[in-house]
Amino acid sequence: MSFFSQDNPQCHDFLNGAKKALDDDRLQAQLARSLKDGFQKKRLKGMSRLPEYEDLRDRAKAIKAHTLENLDTYLEQFEAQVIAAGGQVHWARDDAEACKIIIDICQSVNAKTVTKGKSMIAEEIGLNAQLVANGIEPVETDLGEYIIQLRKEPPSHIIAPAFHISKEQVADTFHEHHLKQVQGRDLTEPTTLVHEAREELRQKFLNADVGITGANVLVAETGTGLIVTNEGNGDLTQSLPPVHIAVSSIEKVVPTLDDADTILRLLARTATGQEMSVYTTFFTGAKRDTDLDGPSQFHMVLLDNRRSELLGGPLHDVLSCMRCGACINHCPIYAKVSGHAYGWVYPGPIGSILTPHFVGVDEAHLLPNACTMCGRCEEVCPVRIPLPKLLRTWRGRAFEAGHPGGVQRLGLKFWAWFAKRPALYHTVVRPAVGVLRCMGKARPFDLPAPQGGTFMDRYKKGER
Amino acid sequence: MTQTLKPKIGLFITCMVDLMRPSVGFAALRLLERAGAEVVVPDTQTCCGQPAYNSGDFADARHIAKDVIAAFEDFDHVVAPSGSCAGMISKHYPDLLKDEPDWARRAEHLAARTYELTQYLVDHLDLKESLATFDHSVTYHDSCSSRRELKIVDQPRTLLAAVDGLELIELADTETCCGFGGLFSVKFPDVSNAITKTKAELVEDTGAEVLVGADLGCLVKQAGQLNRSSAKVRVFHIAEILTGLAEGPGIEGDKS
Repeated sequence: MSFFSQDNPQCHDFLNGAKKALDDDRLQAQLARSLKDGFQKKRLKGMSRLPEYEDLRDRAKAIKAHTLENLDTYLEQFEAQVIAAGGQVHWARDDAEACKIIIDICQSVNAKTVTKGKSMIAEEIGLNAQLVANGIEPVETDLGEYIIQLRKEPPSHIIAPAFHISKEQVADTFHEHHLKQVQGRDLTEPTTLVHEAREELRQKFLNADVGITGANVLVAETGTGLIVTNEGNGDLTQSLPPVHIAVSSIEKVVPTLDDADTILRLLARTATGQEMSVYTTFFTGAKRDTDLDGPSQFHMVLLDNRRSELLGGPLHDVLSCMRCGACINHCPIYAKVSGHAYGWVYPGPIGSILTPHFVGVDEAHLLPNACTMCGRCEEVCPVRIPLPKLLRTWRGRAFEAGHPGGVQRLGLKFWAWFAKRPALYHTVVRPAVGVLRCMGKARPFDLPAPQGGTFMDRYKKGER
Repeated sequence: MTQTLKPKIGLFITCMVDLMRPSVGFAALRLLERAGAEVVVPDTQTCCGQPAYNSGDFADARHIAKDVIAAFEDFDHVVAPSGSCAGMISKHYPDLLKDEPDWARRAEHLAARTYELTQYLVDHLDLKESLATFDHSVTYHDSCSSRRELKIVDQPRTLLAAVDGLELIELADTETCCGFGGLFSVKFPDVSNAITKTKAELVEDTGAEVLVGADLGCLVKQAGQLNRSSAKVRVFHIAEILTGLAEGPGIEGDKS
């Protein structure tokens, strides 16, 4: 089975990807269980213990809005503070530049292996492929990322990368790849799987030359980055190797630690229903003389990748996203097609807004259209991003760029031509209803038989 | 000068009602008149423009929106038997026309006086007496546009509670979309059908004899799925239930 990759998006093939997912009964059962009874229920439970939830949303939204309005100021402050704390800051215009910066750092210390904490930015820039191409072995340390790395699959969810894989499949993957383990061992229990992964990863943590993580939030006033994990793998990744590289996009910055606190109070609750993630790790600069351990080099790579082009434009609000995944967890489309169908790094509603920006509207025009406009994403978004509105903005741009074309466009234009001419419209829909009524089972889309006649015609004839 | 007690209402029929289910339009008309309103159905209406708007064809959507504004702006209120169309007029027209100040003002004016039917009946009119008799168990489908866009949750339930003999069984997972999504169901039929199938199973799980809703699009879509799975559930628009027009074949069509 082939998948999309960062430099080979498959968004144009959404219909086929969706069909594959729909035909996969195991995946369907898993999606139904993990979303409705998993993420959705847990989020509700998390919210129920947070009476100030709506106020927090307003605060988080305001923090993001203020930061984005003054993004240059806060990024410069962040940079100055990282440097003051003994770190180095690298600005990357795009994915290629970011990868080059990271590879140069790795090569400067003759790195052979790097451990990686989970990072969607690393996915966005296609980092693993570039590392491998330069003879550096990346080892994913987040359990989900580790599993999909073994399986050579891209993530299907931004916070649960192996969301589409069952524990039985994980067991098969471990049997196939963990060749030093006892053959035929029992891997039916999830805890056994976790223990085995932990055992396999432990030595890799210790051997790694460089640790690469993302960052959930950057704090301008202190030059601090922070990551949230449930496995502690991020801590080992950033503190054991002599070099820590954190890669993040520019919009992750907030002014103060208090602001980071507001984001943290919402992030885990909205994502997984946890009050806090199991580990919340702050990192500021390199190891100081007084520190017992930590990396002797700290590098912060700040990625733009044309995000700054979104500032002040119709898609500005998407930069407020804290990547909690709530919109994905509540999207009725994602619940049926899973993540890979979207054909690029970011799936679900947030992905359908981000992806066309990164891969172009010709490649990704189906994504913003693959949405019923049900509005649930906006309802659950902790920073109140008007996702349906942003999706509609992309629909407008797609339409201008000629999508959809062919029969769909002709059909829409044909309908609109009549809809703009009421008298003519009412004349032609009357016989159309008659035709539909006669079609029986040939009616498309399971359409039931119309009742008969049009309202306008019957009303005109005096019926009340 | 005192304001006339009888509000003059422009009834927005919706293209779906016009084509698929005229009785919903007649039922809405009766309900509004029974509650003391004077109702007019302008014949220059066709559609609210959502198919164009949600396809990104904003030029055609604007043209249609202006036609609707011109046809309805002189009424005291505008009522549509659909959360989706009422939402389009009241929540989206102003945004759609924001770059044309004169039209934006007219759009705001219309938006502020446009209501979904159940919302209008409960919040603005006085329907006190028992509305009808319907000796069946029903479950109610909240459309996303009603529930989320217009925040209409209690009004249809208040109205159903005023129907003699009607037993309401609430649908599980009512926040989840039915998969219709207008042209979404045409552009992505497989995904749409899969979502509708899950919804229809939940409808069947209630054991209710009848599925009721206030948006014909959702109901037609679910009726199609219920037919496909040979379910016995009949499907009606809430206006039909409230006026005793729900005795013949439902939206699922004549199954004989």
